[in-house]
Amino acid sequence: MAEFNTSIKEQGAVSIINLKGYLDAHTAPILENNFVDLIDKNRFQIVVDFKDLAYISSAGLGVFMAYIEKIRESNGDIKLAGMNNKVYNIFDLLGFPLLYEIFNSESEAVQKFTEKK
Amino acid sequence: MKTKIFKVKSKTENLSLIRDFIKTATAEAGVTSDAVENIILAVDEACTNIIKHAYKSFPDGELIIKTKSTLSRFVISIIDYGNSFEPDTIPEPDLQKYYRQKRVGGLGMYLMKTLMDDVKYVSIPGKYNEVMLSKNIEAAHSNAG
Repeated sequence: MAEFNTSIKEQGAVSIINLKGYLDAHTAPILENNFVDLIDKNRFQIVVDFKDLAYISSAGLGVFMAYIEKIRESNGDIKLAGMNNKVYNIFDLLGFPLLYEIFNSESEAVQKFTEKK
Repeated sequence: MKTKIFKVKSKTENLSLIRDFIKTATAEAGVTSDAVENIILAVDEACTNIIKHAYKSFPDGELIIKTKSTLSRFVISIIDYGNSFEPDTIPEPDLQKYYRQKRVGGLGMYLMKTLMDDVKYVSIPGKYNEVMLSKNIEAAHSNAG
């Protein structure tokens, strides 16, 4: 049963995590492992693409909070992209747009990393 | 009044079954789709809190989920036999503080209160805990009949 999975691709220095399915307290550890692996590899420029994500609960939102400070201390960032309205509304209710840059598409988020240099 | 009941063990892998149960119960009650999504998330948050905090991730605890619907209200009651819980001790979430302290807590309860019209807790230490979530619903089916 594949109710949630992720795939990671690399575009230069930027790593893109694509989320698919249902992100809840059961599946959140899969995404946590992705962040741990990227941090281990010193890959701190991370875009998370939500376009195939159907559902998120606060356990999923907590994953972003757990790693953001470590990543920013290493001159990186987590940028979020491609959320449907339903998922965006949950982020918005909890005030996440104040802490994270959120883009319409993955390519816009990647571009934000590359144009900074 | 329609009622449904679903009993499930305290494992996070059962959250998807719980969401399916609520989806079916809300569909049968004629709840409109925006409200359905909010109810499903609120119930997921309530059950996640029970699994993690009342049962401390012990997988053999029991959750009893009951739904009741009338023309104007959809009510979910969730009973567990885990550790009792004092909801007033959970502060409102403060993301800036979480950011500094690298910890997250209370997001689920905040979402439940925001997404539902009423959230009530009853805790009888040593016996059971019950959380009741209520959502006012439009009588969508009155148009059809």
